[in-house]
Parts: sequence; C-alpha cells; structure tokens
Amino acid sequence: MNDILLDIKGLKIQGWSDEKWHPIIKGVDLTLRRGQVMGLIGESGAGKSTLGLAAMGFTQPGCQITDGSIVFDGVDLAKLSDAEKRKYWGNRMTYVAQSAAASFNPAHRLIDQTVASTVRFGISSEAEAKADARTLYGALNLPHADTIGDRYPHQVSGGQLQRVMTAMAMSPRPDLIIFDEPTTALDVTTQVEVLRAMRKIVEEFNTAAIYITHDLAVVAQMADVIKVLRYGQEVEEADTRTMLAAPKEDYTKSLWSVRALQKEERPKQDNILSVKNVSASYGKVPVLHNVSIDVPRGSTVSVVGESGSGKSTVARVITGLLPQRDGVVEYQGMSLPAKLNDRNKDQKKRIQMIYQMADTAMNPRQTVREIIGRPLEFYLGLTGRAKEERVRELLSMIELDDRFIDRLPSELSGGQKQRICIARALAAEPELIICDEVTSALDQIVQEGILKLLMRLQTELNLSYLFITHDISTVRAISDHVVVMQLGRVVEQGTKDAVFQPPHDPYTDLLLSSVPEMDPDWLTNLKLPELT
Amino acid sequence: MHPVLKTVVQRLGLGLVTLFIVSIIIFAAIELLPGDFGEAVLGQAATEDTVAAFRRELGLDKPAVLRYVDWIAGAVQGDLGNSFSGRSSSGVDRSRPVVDLIGPRLWNTMFLASFTAVIAVPLALFLGISAALYRNSIYDRVVNAMTLTTISFPEFFVAYILILVLTSLWPIFPSLSNISPDADLLDRLYRSAMPALTLTLVIVAHMMRMTRAAIINLLASPYIQMARLSGASQREVILKHALPNAWAPIATVIAFNLAYLVVGVVVVEVVFVYPGVGQLMVDAVSSRDIPVVQACALIFAATYIILNLIADIIGIVTNPKLLHPK
Repeated sequence: MNDILLDIKGLKIQGWSDEKWHPIIKGVDLTLRRGQVMGLIGESGAGKSTLGLAAMGFTQPGCQITDGSIVFDGVDLAKLSDAEKRKYWGNRMTYVAQSAAASFNPAHRLIDQTVASTVRFGISSEAEAKADARTLYGALNLPHADTIGDRYPHQVSGGQLQRVMTAMAMSPRPDLIIFDEPTTALDVTTQVEVLRAMRKIVEEFNTAAIYITHDLAVVAQMADVIKVLRYGQEVEEADTRTMLAAPKEDYTKSLWSVRALQKEERPKQDNILSVKNVSASYGKVPVLHNVSIDVPRGSTVSVVGESGSGKSTVARVITGLLPQRDGVVEYQGMSLPAKLNDRNKDQKKRIQMIYQMADTAMNPRQTVREIIGRPLEFYLGLTGRAKEERVRELLSMIELDDRFIDRLPSELSGGQKQRICIARALAAEPELIICDEVTSALDQIVQEGILKLLMRLQTELNLSYLFITHDISTVRAISDHVVVMQLGRVVEQGTKDAVFQPPHDPYTDLLLSSVPEMDPDWLTNLKLPELT
Repeated sequence: MHPVLKTVVQRLGLGLVTLFIVSIIIFAAIELLPGDFGEAVLGQAATEDTVAAFRRELGLDKPAVLRYVDWIAGAVQGDLGNSFSGRSSSGVDRSRPVVDLIGPRLWNTMFLASFTAVIAVPLALFLGISAALYRNSIYDRVVNAMTLTTISFPEFFVAYILILVLTSLWPIFPSLSNISPDADLLDRLYRSAMPALTLTLVIVAHMMRMTRAAIINLLASPYIQMARLSGASQREVILKHALPNAWAPIATVIAFNLAYLVVGVVVVEVVFVYPGVGQLMVDAVSSRDIPVVQACALIFAATYIILNLIADIIGIVTNPKLLHPK
C-alpha cells in the first residue's frame, strides 16, 4: 500500500454563484500510484480543473470542500489549514497552469520564479537550484538554456514559457505535478514539442502526475490511466490502451466519435468569391502577401494555419474591415470596394460573419429577439408581425424553440450562443458566411452539433462557407477545399483530398503530422519533417 | 541610448512644451481679468492722464505679445519682474522683485508639503498594503471607514476639529503657524505640525484606497494563484507578487496628491495663518498684482508637470516590458 501517493475518497466540492451553492464535484474517488500519470478528461463544467486543484488540497475562491478526504502520502489535506497545506504546495506537489503567459509574474525574471519555491523550502541553495534549473531548461529543449532564465516572461514565446513552467514545477522534485490543460493554448506544432518535453521529464524523474485536458489524443500520449468526468462525477476509468480501444460507457464513446464526422462531396459550382493576389498590412507591418483564394458556391473552403498565419486577416479583408493594399476581392465576378463604408447594403448583406467568441459578439443587453431581429429590419425591412414570425422561423432552423426568444445572451449556454450568432448571420439571407474559429471555444460534443447544423444549412440553403480554423480535425470533417496558410502566405490549396494526400508542401506536412492521433504510441514513433 | 532613457528625455521635452503652452494660457487668462491695476491703485478719482502715465511706467501700455515675450524671457533667466504693489501715485517706488516676494513663501510651502508627504505617503502605503493583506477583515473596514470620514469633511472643518482637540482640550501644538524666517528646524516642525496633520488627514484616504485597489485588482491574476500554489504566504503574495506590478497606478495617485499639497492648500494656510504661497497668490489676485499672480501660476504648473513626470518615470522603470524590451 505504500505505493499509493494520492487517495481521494468521496470528494464533494461546491461553488458559490447566483447567490447559492452549486455542487461542482459530486463524490469522486481517485487513486494515484507513485510515478503514475493519470489523464482527467471531460468537457468544460465537468469539474476536471476543480478536481485537479483539489488533489493539492486547493480550492478556488468561492469554492469549498464539503465532504470526503484527500490523503496525500498518509496525510488528509482536506483537514489541514492553509498554512499547513502551503508546506506541500511548491514543495511536494506543483502545478502547471493552462496559460503560462498569464501565470508568470511579469515583474520577475524567469529563473527567479523557477527556483522560488525550491529555495523557500530549503530544498537546495539558490545557486544549486539555479544550476539545476538551467539543466532542466536544457532537458526541456529550451534554446539558450544557460541564459533564457535571465529573461522576463514577455521576452519569450508561449511554447517556451510553458516549458519553463514545467521546469518550475519540476525544480523542487515534487512527488506530484498537476498539469492543467498545459498545451490547450498552443499551436499544434508547438504543442508536440511541449508534450514531448513534459513526457520525457516526468518519465526521467518518475514523478506522478495528473494531466487535465479535453483533448483525447493528447491524453493518449501522456497518461497511463484515463479517468472520464462528466457533471462532477466519474464516468469510467481504465488504463489508456483499454480506454482507447474499448470504452465502456456511451458518453465516452460519444466523445470518441466526434472525430468521425464526415462530409459528403458536393457538386462543383461557379466561384462566388475570388480573392485575387491580395496583400495587406497593419500600419507598416505586412501581414498578407499575394493571397489568392476561390470559394465555389455551395461549398466549404477551410483556411487553416497557426496563430500569426494571417488567416483571420483574410476575413477582415474580405469583409472590408481592413482594406487591402494590393489585389482585388471579387464577388460573383464583380470587384468589391475595399472599404466597408464604400460598399452598398446589398453587398454587405450577401457576406455575413460568425465569430469565435459568441459571448463578445452579442450585445449582452439585447434579447434573442432583438439580436436576430436587427438584421431583418436593417437588410430586409421587416417589422412587426413579419419580423416576429421570421425570428421564430430562424430559431427553428437553428434547432432552438420559441422559449429562447426573450432570453438574454447570459441565459444561454456556449453552444446556444453560437447558434444565435448563426441565426443572426442567416437573418440577412447571405450567400457567403465567413466562420472565424466558430467552434474553437466549444466542447467537442457541442462542436459536433454546431458543425452538423452548419452542414445541414449549407445543403438546404446552398450556402458557401469560408471556414477559418487552426483545428485540423474540423477541417477534415467539414471542408470541400482547403487552404493552408503560413506567415501571411498561402502555402498550399486544393480539394480536401488533394491537400491531405501526400505529397505535401513541407509546412503542410509538418502541420498534419503534428496533430496528435488517438494512438498511445503516436508521440513515441513520431518523426517530424524538417522545415527548410 | 537605452529606450527608457529615451522615453524619459522625450517626456522631459514634452513637459517643457506643456509648460510653455501653460505660460501662454496663464498670460492670456490674466489679460482677460476684469479691471485695471492702475485704476485699482489710484482709485476712481484719478484723472485719465495720471492713470495713463502710471500704466506707461509699468509697461502696461505695450502690446500684449511684447509684454508676454518680456515676461517669459525674464522668467527663463529667473527674473520674474517686480511686484506692482508698493508703488503709489505719488511716484514713490517701494516695490520688490517678485522673486524676493515669493521665495520665502515658496520655501515655507515646500517645507509644509515635504513635512506632510513624509508622514502621509508612508502612512498611506502602509495602510493600503495592510488593508489589502487583511482584505474584508475588521481592520480593513475600520481603515477604510476612517480614511473615508476624514476625506469627506471639508479641510477647514478637519482643521478646526484638530484645533479643538490638539490645542484647546489637550494643548500640544500651537494653533497659529506663523513661522519666522530665522526659526530653527525643530521650531518649524513644531509650528507647522497642525497644518501638516490636517493635510495628512485630507490626502491619506485617496492614496491609501488607490494602493489597496491597485493591489486587490491584481489578486485575481492567474500568476497570483500560481504564486499561492507554489506555497507563497499571503504576505509574500502581496509584497513580492502584487506590489511590484502595482507601482504605476500608486505613483500616479501619489504625484497627484503631492501636487495638491503645493498648489491647493490655501484654505489650510488661512486657517493656521501659515505664510505659504497660496495666501500670497490669493492676495495678489485681489490686489491685481499681476507679476506675482503670473509667477505663482507658473510655479504651480511646473510643480504639476514635474510630479507627473516623476510618476510616469516610476511607471516606466517598474514595468519590465518597457524596461527590458524584447
């Protein structure tokens, strides 16, 4: 039994919101052996982060543990005071946060933050700890391992910060590390590097870890066992290979199946939109170089690329928010004015947009009726009864019933908000909808619902989509055509099959091979192509 | 050149430009003052000829632009001209240079401001940081309530309450702060204790509350949670993780209050009969002693600009993103 490091029994946690207590964790057991890595997966609201923090005996402000025990190496953390628990935090258990950029103190040098807790607890002297930190930086493949610690957080990239944070977590040689979605904010090519570095170092020091994520393929690479959570309860737990090969519960199977979404071929039609040799810049900084993209009517063109590739800028040029410096945007063979203000109402009506953050894309003070009704009035001149009827019709198109018509955005779930945004775009009766990362902020199952809805609407209304995303599996699921962008240039484009079948452009190759697969050996066997 | 040094030099240049523009505004505003010094001194009975002669003697008959150039050229060399008061229609000129007039007064004002700042700034910082440290405790509430109370009353009221308590009921300090120029430091401190105490009560609240708010504002940051999760105590979280990122807003509010100590204390000066520059300016306005008014206004403007410049520089050097660019 000495083998067991962490034993959580019957844990219940509640949180205070809307003037009352809500259960967040409803009685969860968790057992972790020394050196074992457990993956915690689930959708947002499943309580996985709360559980991860609770494994350290920590609760967010506004939350409290109401029942259960958290026995870490023989001591029940749930019974300790904060001052007593502090002797464990940063000492025998450490934490790696989701956003390293926000989780480092901007005022201190990286190496000082890396060794702070190690020195505080007297695990080693400052000089020893710093020397060790430099070794860890090297082990994590950080460039300039000897000097990178002298920099401030804003001076290094997100992927590097995430690795520095892993070094910080490893510095006191803890028994347990909690990884809370550590690669979610990273681009795929960066994610691979970070995953590799983290796995290597956890194996090297035989540290136990809890790895929290919503990405199954990622957890498959990292974890020995996987626990699936939903609504604050355990769905099932099994070792990684068994879980991937034969999930028992329906919910787990549904998580697995999202990636199997497929789109049927659509007949080729004329081009509704042609972006021709467009270059654009923000001030003096050029961001797009000679970009050409065609969108055939009734089809989905996915623009895929990492942050900084210029994919969202393409959308800003097409909609006229950022007038291009060079080149033309043609709509059905007619050149569109570069500036939004120079376009007439009809030109504006035909191209609509849906955004990543449905939250911020809606006026929080307007009801669903007002949100959807406004384009009806503005573009189509509908008022009174006719407008009201059309709003209800649009709601039924997005599979929401009339009850939602008087709600405010704050009374909707993430998926419902995005559906309202879709209805608002549809209200203008557009021919082309630009979808900018519309599913990135959503859980996988909700994502699937939104993608299915978009596909159904496309068939029914012969809509064209320009679908901007960084997520390759979404691209696979919904596209007819794929455009790969890097550093403001189109590196490859064509039909989905043509782009996804080798031979690839080297960058496309790197992008595709960086996407984690549902195979526990994928990372081990991975050989990434070299970019020249 | 280091980018921070460059920014500081730029700000310094901008400060000079601001001061120049302010000097024009001061001059123009005084031009717009109703009435005329000549008439004010000589009275209604004076003939137009006498008034005109008097104006000529003072140079008031020259065009405004010329007078401005004379004034600003002198000011740059430290010569703020001669006061109008002390002259009379009889031609006897007992007027004194503005610099001599303002000098001792300004020194008194600076002394009071520094005395107050030395008490008020550390006190406000201590109260603000400790209130953040023990947020929502009884201590926090008491400190907040007390400072709010003192800032809510008008200055003269606070002053009279203090006089009641500290000079009448328990006679510790003198209620009159008439300092003679040759008083030694201890005597000066003793005599200006009452106004300094009053001003402290007036300005502590603002600085303390901003310090507390700036720190608490940062406590929701992910890096603060990270610091807690690495075992830092509440004290360490506040002092080492929140405070270093809060200096910019704190410095701004301190600069604002210090500037107030120099330019806005006339009420307190009057209550305690303290010979500061505020009273001088008010007297000068009522007697239309234009050179003195202009000089005071210029000094006040320069005070504001310099203090805000210092606050800006503190904001820059405590921001690692500016201090250590990529």
